[in-house]
Amino acid sequence: MEQLFGNLLYNYEEVVAVILFSIGFCILLFSRNLIKKVVGLDIMDTGVFLLLASRGYIAGRHVPIIVDGITTAEYYINPIPAGLVLTGIVVSVSVSALMLSLTVRIYRTYHTLDVDSLYMMMSVSKGGKQ
Amino acid sequence: MSFVQNFPFFSVILSLLCAVTSFFLDARWAKRLTLFLLCTSIGLQGSVLSFCYRNHMSYEYLMGHFAAPWGNEIALGILEPLFALLFATVMLCCVLGGIKRMERDVFPGKQSYYWIMVDLAHVSLLALCYTNDIFTGYVFIEICTIASCALLSIRENGRALIAAVRYMVFALIGSGLFLIGVIFTYSITGQLLFPQLYETIASLWEAGTYRFSMTIAIGLMVVGLAIKSGMFPFHFWMPDTYGRATPASSGILSGVISKGYIFLLIKIIYRVVGIEIFAASGVQTLLLLFGIAGMVAGSVSAIFAKRLTTMVAFSSVAQIGYIYMGLGMGTQAALIAVFFQIFSHALTKPMLFLSASQLANVSGGRQDFRSLCGAGHRHPVAGFTFTVGALSMVGIPLFAGFIPKLYFATSAFGLGWKTWPVLLALAVSTVLNVMYFLYTTILIWLPREEGARNHNRVMPQVETIVPAALLAGFNLMVGIHSSALTALFTQGIDLFCQ
Repeated sequence: MEQLFGNLLYNYEEVVAVILFSIGFCILLFSRNLIKKVVGLDIMDTGVFLLLASRGYIAGRHVPIIVDGITTAEYYINPIPAGLVLTGIVVSVSVSALMLSLTVRIYRTYHTLDVDSLYMMMSVSKGGKQ
Repeated sequence: MSFVQNFPFFSVILSLLCAVTSFFLDARWAKRLTLFLLCTSIGLQGSVLSFCYRNHMSYEYLMGHFAAPWGNEIALGILEPLFALLFATVMLCCVLGGIKRMERDVFPGKQSYYWIMVDLAHVSLLALCYTNDIFTGYVFIEICTIASCALLSIRENGRALIAAVRYMVFALIGSGLFLIGVIFTYSITGQLLFPQLYETIASLWEAGTYRFSMTIAIGLMVVGLAIKSGMFPFHFWMPDTYGRATPASSGILSGVISKGYIFLLIKIIYRVVGIEIFAASGVQTLLLLFGIAGMVAGSVSAIFAKRLTTMVAFSSVAQIGYIYMGLGMGTQAALIAVFFQIFSHALTKPMLFLSASQLANVSGGRQDFRSLCGAGHRHPVAGFTFTVGALSMVGIPLFAGFIPKLYFATSAFGLGWKTWPVLLALAVSTVLNVMYFLYTTILIWLPREEGARNHNRVMPQVETIVPAALLAGFNLMVGIHSSALTALFTQGIDLFCQ
């Protein structure tokens, strides 16, 4: 038990990342408000990026930009996760933008952001016009 | 290196260029550009397929100047261009068949955006087929999600918007889980390219280290893609999504987009994880059970559906269930059946959506079964293509849908305890399919009763007939000449699982 606690404390970035991911995941899945869903999505993605960025960091090493002419790999941290995080951020921004634009259009049409009432409106007249 | 080997790269870049160029064009020219792109893509994939088939070879193609394990690359044998060819052909038929309806459904000023999204959906499908890098796979999954959500929500209809939000929420949960699975895998192995991942995972599994973490990572990736492709019990977004979009989008979403995710999943199972480790991890058995549950639950929901397109959409849940059942069986024979199922569903479902929309058009725009009574007499061509699709879905011999069912049944023997559930599920699902598809088929061909609603018979338009007829022709071709495809799949699997 003590060892488990010690491991969790040692890997605190991962623990925080998992907590963030779970919070975001639950908001995205269970929140009834569309704006909160978008916020949840962003928190979830932040958790993932934190996990990924912490994978690439190696204590005591330097930023992988060559300024002193040192080209040995052991001097620098792993740059690949940082590249992946950057790509992930771009993806996350575009997805959030799309979700927000959908939210705006839904609000203009139905004047509500509550998912339950939206689904209810949708299921009111089944079998009607296309 | 032969010039043909550059074609997969060319087709990806060409799609991206067309998407960007379409942004500056009006709807008419954007449409022409997209149709040109899809036709060119069919030509390019066809040439690559014939090249790989004639030389019986697979190859890796460097994207950029960095070699493995750092750089990015695409890899292909026979299966990858074959599925890219299928996706491009089905997309072309969908957009051709749905143009008229799309032009009515989408605000004229926004039509050029529709074509951009078709281009983007096409490029992401190509990338999912060809990529050899798991993170690139993730990026194109997201591009695919964005494009398909836009294809759905572009319809000027409030319900399509709500359906799009529901679709988007499920799709984002799916891609979030997939991403975290990818990162777990990267944390454990330190690799992103498929061959290096395969070697590392195999050696780690043999050494007995990180087995639990690896199982979780595999589970997350599989669940992520399963949610996105609509596996039971994550199928709740499907009926609204497919049922509310404009028919061209419904065809693209149900016919090819979900198959793109499934093809990536197959690549991950066979080329990243390896089928032995996948079986040992226990995820395979879960896929089998959920696949079987989906086959039954999807059909039962379809029986109770009140609109025609909702029924067709629920039948997708059942058809996707077949695919996951096949992946859960895990043998090579079952994999061939899965490929047949992907082929037959990709060719049949868009045809059903296109003809269903035309049948509804001649029934006063209504989709309830009472209004559709006798619709086949009012639009004989749509009635005919719907009948072909329905018979194929039921699994009548001569149609494409029969072949996967036959192959699933024959490959079920010798699987131990899995044999009986699979055979039973096939039997039950077929009976349920008969109940709703044959019922609908009989309904649309009923002679019109005296005093029933008087709908006018319309003259079918050539541009809507030809694509649906083409799809029906492909369907019959697959059904009748299945041996050629079997040979192609067998050769492809040899190269695929090297």
